[in-house]
Amino acid sequence: MRILETQEVTRAFGGVVAVNQVNFNVEKGLVNGLIGPNGAGKTTLFNQITGMDVPTSGKIMFDGKDITGLPAWKISRLGIARTFQNIRLYNDLTVVENVMMGLHSKVGADPFHGRFIQAVKSYFQAGKENRELYVRALEWLDFFDLSHLKDEYARNLPYGNQRELEIARALAADPKILFLDEPAAGMNPAETAHLMKIIEMIRDKGITVVLIEHDMKLVMNICDNITVLSFGQKIAEGTPEEIRSNPLVIEAYLGKEDEE
Amino acid sequence: MLNFFQLIIIYAGIYALMAIGQNCITGNTGMLSLCHAGFFCIGSYATGIICKTLGLSFWFSLPVAALCSAAVGFLIGVPTLRLKGDYLCIATLGLGEIIRNIATNVNPVGMMAIPRAELFGYQFSSRNKITFIILVWCFVLIAYFLFRQLAHSRIGRAMIAVREDEVAAQSNGINVAKYKIGSFTLGAAIGGTAGCFATAYTLTVQPGSYTFMVSVMVLCMVVLGGMGNLKGVILGAFIIEFIQYFPQLVGLSSVIPAQASQIIYGLVLVIMMICRPQGILGRDNYRYGDPRSLREKIRDSFKRPSKKEA
Repeated sequence: MRILETQEVTRAFGGVVAVNQVNFNVEKGLVNGLIGPNGAGKTTLFNQITGMDVPTSGKIMFDGKDITGLPAWKISRLGIARTFQNIRLYNDLTVVENVMMGLHSKVGADPFHGRFIQAVKSYFQAGKENRELYVRALEWLDFFDLSHLKDEYARNLPYGNQRELEIARALAADPKILFLDEPAAGMNPAETAHLMKIIEMIRDKGITVVLIEHDMKLVMNICDNITVLSFGQKIAEGTPEEIRSNPLVIEAYLGKEDEE
Repeated sequence: MLNFFQLIIIYAGIYALMAIGQNCITGNTGMLSLCHAGFFCIGSYATGIICKTLGLSFWFSLPVAALCSAAVGFLIGVPTLRLKGDYLCIATLGLGEIIRNIATNVNPVGMMAIPRAELFGYQFSSRNKITFIILVWCFVLIAYFLFRQLAHSRIGRAMIAVREDEVAAQSNGINVAKYKIGSFTLGAAIGGTAGCFATAYTLTVQPGSYTFMVSVMVLCMVVLGGMGNLKGVILGAFIIEFIQYFPQLVGLSSVIPAQASQIIYGLVLVIMMICRPQGILGRDNYRYGDPRSLREKIRDSFKRPSKKEA
């Protein structure tokens, strides 16, 4: 079952077409890979889906709803969480506070109150609310084995832990889909193996994962289906085995064999 | 001499209110705004008009002054807060000057002989400074606790998130524009309250006293005390006010021109940026379940920031 699909999404920056009529399908409950050489438009596509950028044309459907052009914060509240290629943590907040920020939109999901009334309520009940959020945030830190670092500033964390914290923050919002933009970039093999375990645990929680990654070992091992982009266009889609033997994909990564 | 110290304490209180507002805008949400003098001006005029022209009570003018500047802050905020960094700074600078120029052009003399504030028949006059100190500092305390509550609530954390990383904040479901406008409006409101007290103390409103330098001074207090740290900001207000009145205090006002203090602000800003960019007290480290005692917190806040890792 498709939880999210893009229909003919195009994004042009002046004359450069970064994403060209891409139909990207995300299957529910699976780990979906999005791969392609550098500059293929993977992150641009992520940005369109998560509302950080608006497509030039095309439609994005999530759970049967058209979310094209919605602002990022609304899309996030619909249940789409993401991490960033270059880690974006709140450096001057502590680790636990970062995860509490992930829980931000979970407070005030009460349909009988407007968000403004909820904000006023949050102001007067700050102590009680903080304690609740704190406990919930700690549960997520336990999930990632980061509890011992909870009072550390986010900027002081080692690189691998920063990646994990960013994923924890995204997961705290209880999303339906989690978009991971190159989570293994800059990680050593041990950290990558740990990351793989984490992604499997996330999938087992029933959260759909979409993964941009250059580490082919990780992608081939963990993804249930893979979409390949090259120069803004979708060139292949299928299981890891199909992708591995697809001549178009091999060409995109390694170049064409010389005829001579 | 004692009289003079009391004057400094009163002005420090009025400016502490302004600095608390500036701190909400610059310290918490991270917007570099330079139009607090404008809000100060609006609050002063609102009080002047209500107390003198309409003949109503000072206590009525207090919320109205706050509401007026909040309204102006909101109206200014909606178009300008799309801008970032230096651009926002320039835009707000211009707006602050516009407010002052409008005031100057409407009536260059300003208002005189505004009736005194009264409470249960007691008149707050500038002769009896002690009562005025109590009045102003009561409101500084109230503002302190209100804004501390804000900073430690979910809403305040969201403001800090906007300061730290707007893109990440959006991805966490935070409506960045609303938070920016909200914090700007709150900061403006408290700036208006400060203007209200200034009028109640001097009993005059002069458009010439809401210059750009006032905005810079308030920003200086926030930077000096520590951005985002309310205690630090109040301390900053004290220090800057002390610097401003120092020549008169030591009886050298004939030797040291009044403008000398502006040089000192500049120096203070440069020295602080080089030696201690996080301000005297540093950021407000509100930690959940923090095991450290108050003393340890103060000691830790004076330590150099721990090594930064990329």
